[in-house]
Amino acid sequence: MPALPGDRHKSAWSLGFWASFAACGMVLVLAVPVLNFWVPPDFPAALPDYLVPLLGKYLCYALLALSLDLIWGYAGILSLGHGAFFALGGYCMGMYLMRQIGTRGVYGNPLLPDFMVFLNWKELPWFWWGFDHFAYAAAMMVVVPGLLALVFGWLAFRSRVTGVYLSIITQAMTYALMLAFFRNDMGFGGNNGMTDYKDILGWDVHQPSTRLGLYIASVLALGLGYLLCRYITASKLGRVLLALRDAESRVRFLGYSVTNAKLFVFTLSAVLAGIAGALYVPQVGIINPSEFSPGNSIEVAIWVSVGGRGTLVGAIVGAVLVNSAKTWLTGAAPETWLFVLGALFILTTLVFPRGIVGLLWRPIRIRAQAAAPLPAGEQA
Amino acid sequence: MRLPRLAGLILLLATPVSAKADDFAMLVGNLAGDSFAEKEKAVIALGGLGDPRAVPVLQALSDGRLSKSADGRVVISVTDGGTTKVRDAVTGDDIAGVDPDNFGRIIVNNRLRGAIEGALGALTLFSTDPAARLTAARDALRHPSAAEAALLEKAIAAEKDPEIRAAMQQSLAAARLVSGSKEERLAALRALGTTTDPQIRNLLDEFRAAPDTDPELQKAADAALTSIGDRLRLVGIAANLFQGISLGSVLLLAAIGLAITFGVMGVINMAHGEMIMLGAYTAYVCQQLFRSFLPGDWIDAYLLVSVPVAFLFAGAVGVLLERSVIRFLYGRPLETLLATWGVSLILQQAVRSIFGSPNKEVSNPSWMTGGFDPIGGFTVTWSRLYIIVFCFIVLGGLALILNRTSFGLHMRAVTQNRPMASVMGIRTARIDALTFGLGSGIAGMAGVALSQVGNVSPNLGTIYIVDSFLVVVFGGVGNLMGTLVGALSLGVVNKFLEPVAGAILGKIVVLVAIILFIQRRPRGLFALKGRTAEAEA
Repeated sequence: MPALPGDRHKSAWSLGFWASFAACGMVLVLAVPVLNFWVPPDFPAALPDYLVPLLGKYLCYALLALSLDLIWGYAGILSLGHGAFFALGGYCMGMYLMRQIGTRGVYGNPLLPDFMVFLNWKELPWFWWGFDHFAYAAAMMVVVPGLLALVFGWLAFRSRVTGVYLSIITQAMTYALMLAFFRNDMGFGGNNGMTDYKDILGWDVHQPSTRLGLYIASVLALGLGYLLCRYITASKLGRVLLALRDAESRVRFLGYSVTNAKLFVFTLSAVLAGIAGALYVPQVGIINPSEFSPGNSIEVAIWVSVGGRGTLVGAIVGAVLVNSAKTWLTGAAPETWLFVLGALFILTTLVFPRGIVGLLWRPIRIRAQAAAPLPAGEQA
Repeated sequence: MRLPRLAGLILLLATPVSAKADDFAMLVGNLAGDSFAEKEKAVIALGGLGDPRAVPVLQALSDGRLSKSADGRVVISVTDGGTTKVRDAVTGDDIAGVDPDNFGRIIVNNRLRGAIEGALGALTLFSTDPAARLTAARDALRHPSAAEAALLEKAIAAEKDPEIRAAMQQSLAAARLVSGSKEERLAALRALGTTTDPQIRNLLDEFRAAPDTDPELQKAADAALTSIGDRLRLVGIAANLFQGISLGSVLLLAAIGLAITFGVMGVINMAHGEMIMLGAYTAYVCQQLFRSFLPGDWIDAYLLVSVPVAFLFAGAVGVLLERSVIRFLYGRPLETLLATWGVSLILQQAVRSIFGSPNKEVSNPSWMTGGFDPIGGFTVTWSRLYIIVFCFIVLGGLALILNRTSFGLHMRAVTQNRPMASVMGIRTARIDALTFGLGSGIAGMAGVALSQVGNVSPNLGTIYIVDSFLVVVFGGVGNLMGTLVGALSLGVVNKFLEPVAGAILGKIVVLVAIILFIQRRPRGLFALKGRTAEAEA
């Protein structure tokens, strides 16, 4: 049987945890720069330059998976539109990066990005205002996904849309956004998206040192995001979330505001996803509307599932593992990747519902939740 | 430009339409004459002959491909795939072994070009090809004039086909409006008021705007314009309605299967779209088998065969899926969603590996091609009409199965109260598998229908999956009537929004509207009430 609530609260911030957290952080922050920068390139342990942004990309995916685990693993909200928040954060970063190009675009227009010149736009649309400044753009990376989540979540949770219905409408949301961003006259680059970035905060994005910096920023974001999620799940609010995941009506009858609790974590999770997207864009060098496609968002759920949901660490492990496998397989045997991914979806739900981390240790009562059917009326 | 054409047309009217071979040969010979006046006379006379053989000759003349050989023959040079061939203009036979560069090209000037254009236009009005006559009759609208009116009168007298005749009469009215007497103009305005052609509306607008128009004529023109506007609006509404119902029926077909698996069983089957895709590929395979193994005139029947085959095939895949994956996940809808998404990825990749990613061509059988025009102004295609009919047949059949057969009774019993049904001796596991198979089989039949109006590709299913779920959720879960109303209203709303907001924006508006609607009525339009609703939730 798992530990009692009081024990859990204490164990969440034990010395052992801090030690292992610091160890993982040190490895991620130190090993990569050392292996990439100071080890000579012909040395077998050397990390080639191209791997640094790839690792950074995995970490962004890990943060995205973490944000989904917070709401799915703990509050039982399976959002199948989390890719939308990720992409919105990415678009805000992309807009900032586009403004940094200045006159170095193909058309050399000092006022407008290339795609607007191409579409014969005469002036910058109002929603591009302010994106020349990093501070404003950074604020938008948080505000835009957060605001969308707040409005969407308020509408959904207030009228008690739960379970599968919520999953379907989040999917419809990201689908609608994808269609919208595919339109050329939206002012976000249409189906080509935004690419060909030059520099970020004055540093050239193609320089290995800048990429290393972005990688370290991703590690920090993931670390802070993890601590925040752990803080929330270990707090009293975390207990309420677990309770409403397992028996929403009971929590409501006990006098807790289910709507507010859900709305808070949903918005927070969207903000985390937005930050992940913002860090993702300069490392992969492009943002386009396909990031909004419903399939992408569902894939995030499988990262969490493979790693083990309701464990936080599992989301990170799952995201990195599945994406490494994807990178390797799409290179080695592209035909087989979708078979493998499909099989992962089926196997993790049928055979390993607790995921990798869940198999190794069980910090919370995920087993009891997965196995016992809920009474009618309280099912998701 | 204008004078010679008019002159040509008037001259043409004076010439009796008779196609004598020696006249034709003589006139073609005259085209090679020395003076432009002589050539012009020959062109005009050729137009008057009403002989279709003159068309390539005149075309060649205006393109500068008509030449005169050393022995006085008139020849056309035809360039085909890099090589230039020479052909006798009178007989149309190829002349071998000559170098086209040795001939003297017959030169045209602008005046002559005008004459050629007029003669060609007139010739097509009398052409033997009805399609060409129809086009010429419609083209005549663009340059109404007195000469045109006279020419059209003559053509109408000779015309037998009622459709072409009507088009000619319309053009004649337009020509009279420009050139006729006041009575003729009034009559023309009355006639033009019953049409829906935007060209005629422009013509009337111009006529109305002219400063020195008789007030009586102006009033008549206003009346005609209002009547055209009303008709156009009516046609627009009818067209939107038909297209909306057509889109709705496609959505309905895609969603009926889901209404069973999701609506009745509560299983979120993300692989539903792939069942549709498998059905479409079944149609493709049936077509290929018919093409290679059966006599050519049997091909039209392939569609009738592929409907039951697709039902059985997709149904079998559905039963397999239920037995191997879904039955372990009852009561865990979110897990079911993920597992079936995995199934959909595998099915897509499997089809891609077998058939390749490019679109496959599934052709309509001959009885489904074409269409008809019920009120003038828009075309109802047979394929769309058949799909609407097919979709209602499927829906009706399903309602019968659910309400009138013992299988349907068992199915409803298991859905409403599984333990009780089991106690009564119903084999619930078997019913689950068959129900899922039924839903998948219907999706397969939907795929056959969709192959007739869209592309068949491995991604076919993903196009419909979000829409189908929205239809089911919008209409209300577990309710066939709701699915019907949901699909048709979504289709019609979509099509009425399209002209206002554009296709994609219209779709986005509908999506957002549904998202908002679900907030208001989380259980859909036709929500179940009472105890079933409790169990459902």
